[in-house]
Amino acid sequence: MSKTKINAVVASQEKIATGIYSMWLDAEPIAKEAVPGQFISVYSKDGANLLPRPISICEIDKENGRLRIVYRVVGKGTDEFSKCVAGDTLAIMGPLGNGFTLKSKKALLIGGGIGVPPMLELAKSLDCEFAMVAGYRDELFLNEEFEKLGNFYVATDDGSVGTKGTVIDAIKANDIKADIIYACGPIPMLRAIKEYAIESGIEAQISMEERMACGIGACLACVCKSKDKDEHTNVNNKRICKDGPVFDAREVEL
Amino acid sequence: MVSTKVNLAGVELKNPVMTASGTFGSGKEYSEFVDLNRLGAVVTKGVANIPWPGNPTPRIAETYGGMLNAIGLQNPGIDVFVQRDIPFLQQYDTKIIVNVCGKSTEDYCEVVERLNDEPIDMMEINISCPNVKEGGIAFGQDAKAVEAITAELKKRAKKPIIMKLSPNVTNIVEMAKAAEAGGADVLSLINTLTGMKIDINRKTFALANKTGGLSGPAIKPVAVRMVYQVANAVKVPIVGMGGIMTAEDAMEFILAGATAVSVGTANFVNPYATVEIAEGIEKYLEVQGFKDINECIGLVK
Repeated sequence: MSKTKINAVVASQEKIATGIYSMWLDAEPIAKEAVPGQFISVYSKDGANLLPRPISICEIDKENGRLRIVYRVVGKGTDEFSKCVAGDTLAIMGPLGNGFTLKSKKALLIGGGIGVPPMLELAKSLDCEFAMVAGYRDELFLNEEFEKLGNFYVATDDGSVGTKGTVIDAIKANDIKADIIYACGPIPMLRAIKEYAIESGIEAQISMEERMACGIGACLACVCKSKDKDEHTNVNNKRICKDGPVFDAREVEL
Repeated sequence: MVSTKVNLAGVELKNPVMTASGTFGSGKEYSEFVDLNRLGAVVTKGVANIPWPGNPTPRIAETYGGMLNAIGLQNPGIDVFVQRDIPFLQQYDTKIIVNVCGKSTEDYCEVVERLNDEPIDMMEINISCPNVKEGGIAFGQDAKAVEAITAELKKRAKKPIIMKLSPNVTNIVEMAKAAEAGGADVLSLINTLTGMKIDINRKTFALANKTGGLSGPAIKPVAVRMVYQVANAVKVPIVGMGGIMTAEDAMEFILAGATAVSVGTANFVNPYATVEIAEGIEKYLEVQGFKDINECIGLVK
């Protein structure tokens, strides 16, 4: 898979929830290579903000050479991106990271917060039965798109929609059974999923995040602890941007 | 045709552009973006006698026009490095400069001796990393210690050695002269400036290590000043670095007295930066009517 840095043209952008934006980019060279679970680096035009922002790919439209990202505004970089309109250009690099390894097994997809978006392309790519559980603080987004694809369950912190509590509470409340888990979300959620997967004796592929600089495995900024010595680093560290962001839950220490 | 060849202690570089240690791994990842054959030299990430796991995360934070890093010299150790990284770089027509780190004089000596018979061109000794508790910068902030370790390594090294200096000192010229007195073949400067960032929402340090090394365009004026001061105080050649993003930035260092330059943080902003800077330097020479880059070195007095 070849990575490239291009000037992508914004095809459209809309705000889909408080502080959450959905953007389609014309990015043919990256779109044709991308797989579910990969991410792109998005660069600020402001020289004061040097480092690219790693943002997960939400949808891949290979036919039209487009990528969709759904992201939360958390700082100066994402605030700048949120002001882009159709026709603007954004420098992006990708596709980065490994992506999910799709298996033909009854699947449980779990997304938490801004970890929900990458599950959409995965859901559209699976050729088997699956259920999706999404965890939100309170406000929902992308829920209508998931509802069209199959069984969709929600957990909210405040109980305003779906199960009150965590995604694990929602799995138990709805008695969801699966043979494999794919997940993306905050570390406490991933930790609970790892524990749940081990208890249930099933495989879990989890997507992690960390502050990144190069995005391609050179600078060793975004490492996570691994159970065994990693072949590349020769220590118990794996590079999230290069060896991940998706890992078998059993191989990483959370 | 202009000549961009420069000479560092008898090692001829096809152009003055090198990579700054720690930002470029051993070149493999960036080789998907740039042709390593077009670089003057690849300077590898620091390698120690044994594998080092580095610091906890977060290891980096962005700052205005710069970034802080506290990787902590994570490296696979010299054994894996010699078997894997050197053969990879040997495929390219570029000079190989291995950055060496250690926690004690013995650690540094062990790595230097292991590298003596490897097909590399030079060694760069990191006595200026601000992010490790032992070794690193401890050797680089005291003139006597700089001279002593330089002399100790010079006795053992069969390749030219570059001593990489820390800017976190009161008098950079004193450190440069100490390294020269110890027998350094080349000096490189500057390493990162120690900094700190507070996350006001989490009410804690942005980096797990609390402090980190500041790099990027924010530090360039400090780096140019130090290169100028050192160039006017020592006879050995200098590799200048610190916030070089463009060929224009690189030329500032060369005009201030650097023979070669290293490109670091710019790689994160633009993975093609190194080659674009090499091309830009050539264009500058043509436009300005120079025949040879050596005419520019230290031109500004």
